[in-house]
Amino acid sequence: MQLPRIVRQLMHRRIVMLSAVVLIVITVLALGAPWFASADPNDTAVLDRLKAPSSAHLLGTDELGRDMYARIVHGARYSLAIAALTALGSMLAGTVLGLVAGFFRRLDAPLMRIVDAMMAFPDILLAIALVAILGPTLLNVVLALVLVYTPRVARVVRASTLVVRELLFVEAVRALGVRTSRILWRHILPNLLSPIMVQASFIFAYAILAEAGLSFLGVGVPPEIPTWGTMVAGSQQYADKAFWVVLFPGLAIIFTALSLQLLGDGVRDLLDPKLKKTL
Amino acid sequence: MSTSLQASAEQPRLVVRNLSTSFPTEDGLVRSVADVSFMIHPGKTTALVGESGSGKSVTSLTLMRLLAKTANARVSGEAHFVTREGRTVDLLALSDREMRSLRGNQLAMIFQEPMTSLNPVITIGEQIAESVRLHKGLDHGAALAQAKRMLDLVEIPASAQRLHEYPHQLSGGMRQRVMIALAMACDPTLLIADEPTTALDVTIQAQILVLMRRLQAETGMSILFITHNLGVVAHHANDVVVLYAGRVVEHAPVRPLFGAPEHPYTQGLLACLPGKAHAAGQPRPKRLFAIRGQVSSPLSPPPGCAFEPRCDQAQSLCTQAMPALVDTSASRQARCVRVPAAVIAKAA
Repeated sequence: MQLPRIVRQLMHRRIVMLSAVVLIVITVLALGAPWFASADPNDTAVLDRLKAPSSAHLLGTDELGRDMYARIVHGARYSLAIAALTALGSMLAGTVLGLVAGFFRRLDAPLMRIVDAMMAFPDILLAIALVAILGPTLLNVVLALVLVYTPRVARVVRASTLVVRELLFVEAVRALGVRTSRILWRHILPNLLSPIMVQASFIFAYAILAEAGLSFLGVGVPPEIPTWGTMVAGSQQYADKAFWVVLFPGLAIIFTALSLQLLGDGVRDLLDPKLKKTL
Repeated sequence: MSTSLQASAEQPRLVVRNLSTSFPTEDGLVRSVADVSFMIHPGKTTALVGESGSGKSVTSLTLMRLLAKTANARVSGEAHFVTREGRTVDLLALSDREMRSLRGNQLAMIFQEPMTSLNPVITIGEQIAESVRLHKGLDHGAALAQAKRMLDLVEIPASAQRLHEYPHQLSGGMRQRVMIALAMACDPTLLIADEPTTALDVTIQAQILVLMRRLQAETGMSILFITHNLGVVAHHANDVVVLYAGRVVEHAPVRPLFGAPEHPYTQGLLACLPGKAHAAGQPRPKRLFAIRGQVSSPLSPPPGCAFEPRCDQAQSLCTQAMPALVDTSASRQARCVRVPAAVIAKAA
């Protein structure tokens, strides 16, 4: 009984490590895009359209002759930036909302009913509607996704706040004359960091998929900005003639999202001693 | 007897008069604390004794104004507290702001559960320093230095190192010491200790009690000691207030109370102590004495004396009306029809 459990735990750790390495590589590529891919991602060459992967074009070219490798590396910048901003934005908004709803019992019901209403919409449908209203710019896509994912964070943070606020130490610091705002900020919030971080990592992954989905449906970022989503969307009709136009950006999406999910899972398991025991 | 006479010459630090706390619930108004009065003198300890649900903790939370707002507690009465500056303030009538400046500063509280009374994600040094910074306006470095002095004061070894440790790295007894350090950090004049030793094992209990007594002797603070442990009361308190179902049933200095309890409930509580009956000259009982029955529901109190359903000495008179709390001697009060009121010229 002993051995398989240790092996499984090691396996688990190894997957987490692997995901972390994949994410670091992608992040480094994205940050140093001009150095890693010197070709202009928007430079069209009609004669070189839909070329298979070769030494000149590592991952081939798309229907306008643009270098796929350059587009994927440069696209990583936009895709990751959108996802990071979405994770950050929904984390901040959701934390504030959840903290307030969980701590001030009178605000709980009204705030949570709004959150419930927002969660009742299918994610992608709500995002489509919001982008359609706001207009398809990069910032509006982020804004729409933040609005979609804030309720998730708010729910988790509220639930954790409900637990923490009943702990005796909250009463103890109140007995020390600490004001409510400081109790929330300095005493309750630090106790919620691990669930918030886990949620943020999941939302990061969801946001990459959602951005790709929105761009694929034509309500994402404008087509001149290379993101993994716009690449798949723009080239999908040529997929039967040149599989690489959708395969490589698709793989980029899958690897990044999967790594983020696995990393989030691993972090949650490490932070949650109860879950670790049952593994 | 001499202690109470001495003490009454001084101005008491806290005078609680007719304190009542009730909570509206769906089933009706629950009177958790009804008409409770007592006082605490400087440097003395008044113990609030009673079983679970007798209103001990509600009394302390009411005095600290820590009852949850959502509970909609209805509080009446007065609690006159003499501040360090010599001002007399009514704790129940102060604004939230004024109350906050007293809490942790002049009024401090220790809780029953040292395991959960400390924030798990903040080092103990920072937690003590927070209160000092808040009330004394010290900067971070000076506050941490004060935190270290406090840890030394409560006899925590290797205090410089402990300062940077988290609560989970300390044992229960150590954590209760930290809680005391936290409460004492701003040199309070009144400490409310809500069952501070209940969650600790017996040897640690004794250490913590000795520590509290030493700190009291050094600082001259008053202690409101809330407990159900009569052994602790006998060793630690000067005055004892026995609560039953939210009312004071007996109030006396500690020696006379243990020597000759007047209320049947107090008598019952003392008889529950294994060694007590034997010491009083009675044959050692084969079985431990227990007061029969349970505390009556606060929603449907008996028409007469609250203790009547469990009292072995009940008379027909007991079921008719709640007896009044009467002075039975210069320093004692009891709430029982069997106890005659003493005719004494009370020296105001």
